[in-house]
Amino acid sequence: MKNKMSVEFSSVSVNESFARVTVGSFIAQLDPTMDELTEIKTVVSEAVTNAIIHGYNNEPNHLISIDCSLRDGEVELTIRDKGIGIGDVEEARQPLYTSKPELERSGMGFTIIENFMDSVEVTSKTGEGTTVRMTKQLSKSKTVCN
Amino acid sequence: MGLTAMFDVKEDVLIVRLSGELDHHEAELLREKWKDMMYTNSIKHVILNLESVTFMDSSGLGVVLGRYKEVLQLGGEMVVCSVTPPIERLFEMSGLFKIVRLEDNEEFALTTLGVAS
Repeated sequence: MKNKMSVEFSSVSVNESFARVTVGSFIAQLDPTMDELTEIKTVVSEAVTNAIIHGYNNEPNHLISIDCSLRDGEVELTIRDKGIGIGDVEEARQPLYTSKPELERSGMGFTIIENFMDSVEVTSKTGEGTTVRMTKQLSKSKTVCN
Repeated sequence: MGLTAMFDVKEDVLIVRLSGELDHHEAELLREKWKDMMYTNSIKHVILNLESVTFMDSSGLGVVLGRYKEVLQLGGEMVVCSVTPPIERLFEMSGLFKIVRLEDNEEFALTTLGVAS
Protein backbone atom coordinates (compact mmCIF):
# COMPACT_ATOMS: atom_id res chain seq x y z
CA MET A 1 0.00 0.00 0.00
CA LYS A 2 1.25 3.48 -0.81
CA ASN A 3 0.31 6.59 1.06
CA LYS A 4 1.65 10.07 0.64
CA MET A 5 1.34 13.63 1.87
CA SER A 6 2.76 17.02 0.96
CA VAL A 7 3.04 20.16 2.99
CA GLU A 8 4.40 23.61 2.23
CA PHE A 9 5.17 26.33 4.77
CA SER A 10 6.98 29.65 5.30
CA SER A 11 10.72 29.72 5.95
CA VAL A 12 10.43 30.79 9.60
CA SER A 13 12.11 28.94 12.45
CA VAL A 14 8.90 28.42 14.44
CA ASN A 15 7.87 26.03 11.62
CA GLU A 16 10.75 23.65 12.40
CA SER A 17 8.72 21.99 15.15
CA PHE A 18 5.57 22.10 12.99
CA ALA A 19 7.44 20.24 10.23
CA ARG A 20 8.84 17.45 12.39
CA VAL A 21 5.59 16.94 14.32
CA THR A 22 3.62 16.79 11.05
CA VAL A 23 5.91 14.17 9.51
CA GLY A 24 5.97 12.30 12.83
CA SER A 25 2.16 12.12 12.88
CA PHE A 26 2.04 10.92 9.29
CA ILE A 27 4.51 8.06 9.77
CA ALA A 28 2.81 6.97 13.02
CA GLN A 29 0.58 4.68 10.92
CA LEU A 30 3.65 2.49 10.25
CA ASP A 31 3.99 1.98 14.01
CA PRO A 32 7.65 3.09 14.20
CA THR A 33 9.75 2.43 17.31
CA MET A 34 10.46 5.42 19.56
CA ASP A 35 14.02 5.52 18.20
CA GLU A 36 12.83 5.53 14.59
CA LEU A 37 10.33 8.28 15.31
CA THR A 38 13.02 10.41 17.00
CA GLU A 39 15.40 9.80 14.09
CA ILE A 40 12.87 10.86 11.46
CA LYS A 41 11.84 13.94 13.46
CA THR A 42 15.50 14.87 13.88
CA VAL A 43 16.31 14.64 10.16
CA VAL A 44 13.25 16.72 9.28
CA SER A 45 14.39 19.34 11.78
CA GLU A 46 17.93 19.32 10.34
CA ALA A 47 16.86 19.64 6.71
CA VAL A 48 14.25 22.33 7.39
CA THR A 49 16.74 24.29 9.53
CA ASN A 50 19.29 24.09 6.69
CA ALA A 51 16.69 25.42 4.24
CA ILE A 52 15.86 28.36 6.54
CA ILE A 53 19.38 29.35 7.59
CA HIS A 54 21.40 28.47 4.51
CA GLY A 55 18.97 28.17 1.60
CA TYR A 56 17.05 31.31 2.44
CA ASN A 57 19.60 33.18 4.61
CA ASN A 58 16.98 33.52 7.36
CA GLU A 59 14.58 35.46 5.11
CA PRO A 60 11.04 34.65 6.23
CA ASN A 61 9.17 35.27 2.96
CA HIS A 62 10.00 31.98 1.17
CA LEU A 63 8.52 28.51 1.05
CA ILE A 64 9.81 25.08 2.04
CA SER A 65 8.06 21.93 0.91
CA ILE A 66 8.03 18.41 2.29
CA ASP A 67 6.80 15.35 0.41
CA CYS A 68 6.53 12.17 2.42
CA SER A 69 5.51 8.81 1.03
CA LEU A 70 5.15 5.44 2.69
CA ARG A 71 5.41 2.16 0.84
CA ASP A 72 5.92 -1.31 2.34
CA GLY A 73 7.25 0.13 5.57
CA GLU A 74 9.69 2.44 3.85
CA VAL A 75 9.58 6.17 4.50
CA GLU A 76 10.65 8.45 1.68
CA LEU A 77 11.12 12.11 2.50
CA THR A 78 11.87 14.95 0.10
CA ILE A 79 12.56 18.37 1.57
CA ARG A 80 12.94 21.20 -0.91
CA ASP A 81 13.80 24.89 -0.93
CA LYS A 82 14.18 27.33 -3.80
CA GLY A 83 16.99 29.23 -2.13
CA ILE A 84 20.59 30.06 -2.99
CA GLY A 85 21.70 26.45 -3.40
CA ILE A 86 24.91 24.75 -2.26
CA GLY A 87 28.02 25.37 -4.36
CA ASP A 88 29.87 22.26 -3.21
CA VAL A 89 27.56 19.54 -1.87
CA GLU A 90 30.42 17.18 -0.97
CA GLU A 91 32.03 19.85 1.21
CA ALA A 92 28.70 20.73 2.85
CA ARG A 93 28.19 17.08 3.82
CA GLN A 94 31.51 16.85 5.70
CA PRO A 95 31.18 16.52 9.50
CA LEU A 96 31.76 19.83 11.33
CA TYR A 97 31.64 21.82 8.08
CA THR A 98 29.60 25.00 8.30
CA SER A 99 29.38 27.96 5.97
CA LYS A 100 28.18 30.11 8.88
CA PRO A 101 30.51 29.62 11.87
CA GLU A 102 29.46 33.04 13.23
CA LEU A 103 25.98 31.62 13.87
CA GLU A 104 27.28 28.93 16.26
CA ARG A 105 26.36 26.12 13.91
CA SER A 106 27.74 22.74 14.94
CA GLY A 107 28.23 21.59 11.35
CA MET A 108 26.65 18.24 12.19
CA GLY A 109 23.35 18.51 10.30
CA PHE A 110 24.14 16.38 7.26
CA THR A 111 26.17 13.93 9.36
CA ILE A 112 23.15 13.35 11.60
CA ILE A 113 20.87 12.96 8.56
CA GLU A 114 23.25 10.38 7.03
CA ASN A 115 23.47 8.46 10.30
CA PHE A 116 19.71 8.31 10.82
CA MET A 117 18.56 7.50 7.27
CA ASP A 118 19.34 4.57 4.92
CA SER A 119 19.94 6.75 1.88
CA VAL A 120 20.45 10.49 1.43
CA GLU A 121 20.61 12.24 -1.90
CA VAL A 122 21.32 15.97 -2.10
CA THR A 123 20.79 17.83 -5.35
CA SER A 124 21.47 21.52 -5.48
CA LYS A 125 21.95 24.22 -8.03
CA THR A 126 23.37 27.63 -7.21
CA GLY A 127 20.59 30.21 -7.38
CA GLU A 128 17.85 27.59 -7.82
CA GLY A 129 17.67 25.72 -4.55
CA THR A 130 18.33 22.45 -2.79
CA THR A 131 16.47 19.16 -2.62
CA VAL A 132 17.24 16.52 -0.01
CA ARG A 133 15.73 13.11 -0.72
CA MET A 134 15.99 10.46 1.96
CA THR A 135 14.69 6.98 2.60
CA LYS A 136 14.45 4.78 5.65
CA GLN A 137 13.08 1.27 6.06
CA LEU A 138 11.34 0.84 9.40
CA SER A 139 12.30 -2.25 11.40
CA LYS A 140 8.85 -3.58 12.30
CA SER A 141 7.64 -3.48 8.73
CA LYS A 142 10.82 -5.24 7.65
CA THR A 143 10.02 -8.17 9.93
CA VAL A 144 6.48 -8.37 8.55
CA CYS A 145 7.71 -8.28 4.95
CA ASN A 146 10.19 -11.09 5.54
CA MET B 1 6.28 22.21 22.95
CA GLY B 2 8.83 25.01 23.18
CA LEU B 3 11.69 25.18 25.60
CA THR B 4 11.89 26.32 29.20
CA ALA B 5 15.21 27.31 30.75
CA MET B 6 15.82 27.61 34.49
CA PHE B 7 19.07 29.04 35.80
CA ASP B 8 20.57 28.60 39.23
CA VAL B 9 23.92 29.74 40.61
CA LYS B 10 25.72 27.75 43.32
CA GLU B 11 29.07 29.26 44.29
CA ASP B 12 31.01 29.51 41.00
CA VAL B 13 28.77 27.10 39.12
CA LEU B 14 25.94 28.06 36.78
CA ILE B 15 23.32 25.34 36.56
CA VAL B 16 21.19 25.38 33.42
CA ARG B 17 18.09 23.19 33.54
CA LEU B 18 16.29 22.79 30.24
CA SER B 19 12.94 21.21 29.52
CA GLY B 20 11.14 20.80 26.22
CA GLU B 21 12.49 20.89 22.67
CA LEU B 22 15.87 22.38 21.79
CA ASP B 23 15.93 23.10 18.05
CA HIS B 24 17.24 26.06 15.99
CA HIS B 25 14.24 28.24 16.87
CA GLU B 26 14.62 27.66 20.61
CA ALA B 27 18.44 27.75 20.49
CA GLU B 28 18.33 31.33 19.21
CA LEU B 29 16.14 32.38 22.16
CA LEU B 30 18.15 30.39 24.71
CA ARG B 31 21.57 31.73 23.66
CA GLU B 32 21.02 35.30 24.85
CA LYS B 33 19.55 34.32 28.23
CA TRP B 34 22.33 31.80 28.82
CA LYS B 35 25.08 34.30 27.89
CA ASP B 36 23.49 36.93 30.17
CA MET B 37 23.54 34.52 33.10
CA MET B 38 27.19 33.65 32.45
CA TYR B 39 28.36 37.25 32.43
CA THR B 40 26.14 38.82 35.09
CA ASN B 41 27.17 36.21 37.66
CA SER B 42 30.68 35.49 38.78
CA ILE B 43 30.84 31.90 37.62
CA LYS B 44 33.51 29.57 36.31
CA HIS B 45 31.78 26.28 35.53
CA VAL B 46 28.51 25.29 33.87
CA ILE B 47 26.35 22.27 34.58
CA LEU B 48 23.83 21.55 31.85
CA ASN B 49 20.94 19.40 33.06
CA LEU B 50 19.13 17.84 30.08
CA GLU B 51 16.83 15.54 32.05
CA SER B 52 13.60 17.02 30.66
CA VAL B 53 14.70 17.75 27.11
CA THR B 54 12.41 15.75 24.84
CA PHE B 55 13.98 16.73 21.51
CA MET B 56 17.35 18.06 20.42
CA ASP B 57 19.10 18.44 17.08
CA SER B 58 22.39 19.85 15.75
CA SER B 59 21.30 23.44 16.51
CA GLY B 60 21.14 22.39 20.17
CA LEU B 61 24.66 21.01 19.87
CA GLY B 62 25.71 24.37 18.40
CA VAL B 63 24.48 26.39 21.37
CA VAL B 64 26.17 23.96 23.80
CA LEU B 65 29.44 24.17 21.84
CA GLY B 66 29.25 27.97 21.86
CA ARG B 67 28.90 28.10 25.65
CA TYR B 68 31.61 25.45 26.06
CA LYS B 69 34.06 27.78 24.31
CA GLU B 70 33.09 30.61 26.68
CA VAL B 71 33.48 28.39 29.75
CA LEU B 72 36.99 27.53 28.53
CA GLN B 73 37.76 31.26 28.38
CA LEU B 74 36.67 31.51 32.02
CA GLY B 75 39.07 28.69 32.87
CA GLY B 76 36.20 26.42 33.86
CA GLU B 77 34.56 23.21 32.80
CA MET B 78 31.27 22.23 31.26
CA VAL B 79 29.50 19.20 32.69
CA VAL B 80 26.39 17.69 31.12
CA CYS B 81 24.11 15.53 33.24
CA SER B 82 20.94 13.44 33.13
CA VAL B 83 20.88 12.93 29.37
CA THR B 84 18.29 10.68 27.75
CA PRO B 85 19.45 7.93 25.35
CA PRO B 86 18.58 9.83 22.10
CA ILE B 87 20.53 12.89 23.24
CA GLU B 88 23.42 10.76 24.43
CA ARG B 89 23.56 9.28 20.92
CA LEU B 90 23.58 12.78 19.37
CA PHE B 91 26.45 13.85 21.64
CA GLU B 92 28.40 10.69 20.85
CA MET B 93 27.88 11.05 17.11
CA SER B 94 29.24 14.59 17.17
CA GLY B 95 32.18 13.83 19.46
CA LEU B 96 30.96 16.29 22.10
CA PHE B 97 31.75 13.89 24.96
CA LYS B 98 35.43 14.34 24.10
CA ILE B 99 35.23 17.92 25.38
CA VAL B 100 32.34 18.03 27.86
CA ARG B 101 32.13 15.67 30.81
CA LEU B 102 29.02 13.53 31.32
CA GLU B 103 27.70 12.78 34.81
CA ASP B 104 24.64 10.82 35.93
CA ASN B 105 22.92 13.59 37.84
CA GLU B 106 23.16 17.22 38.89
CA GLU B 107 24.05 16.52 42.51
CA PHE B 108 27.00 14.37 41.56
CA ALA B 109 28.10 16.86 38.90
CA LEU B 110 28.10 19.61 41.56
CA THR B 111 30.19 17.47 43.91
CA THR B 112 32.80 16.89 41.19
CA LEU B 113 33.08 20.67 40.79
CA GLY B 114 33.72 21.05 44.52
CA VAL B 115 30.28 22.39 45.49
CA ALA B 116 28.57 20.73 48.45
CA SER B 117 24.89 20.38 47.59
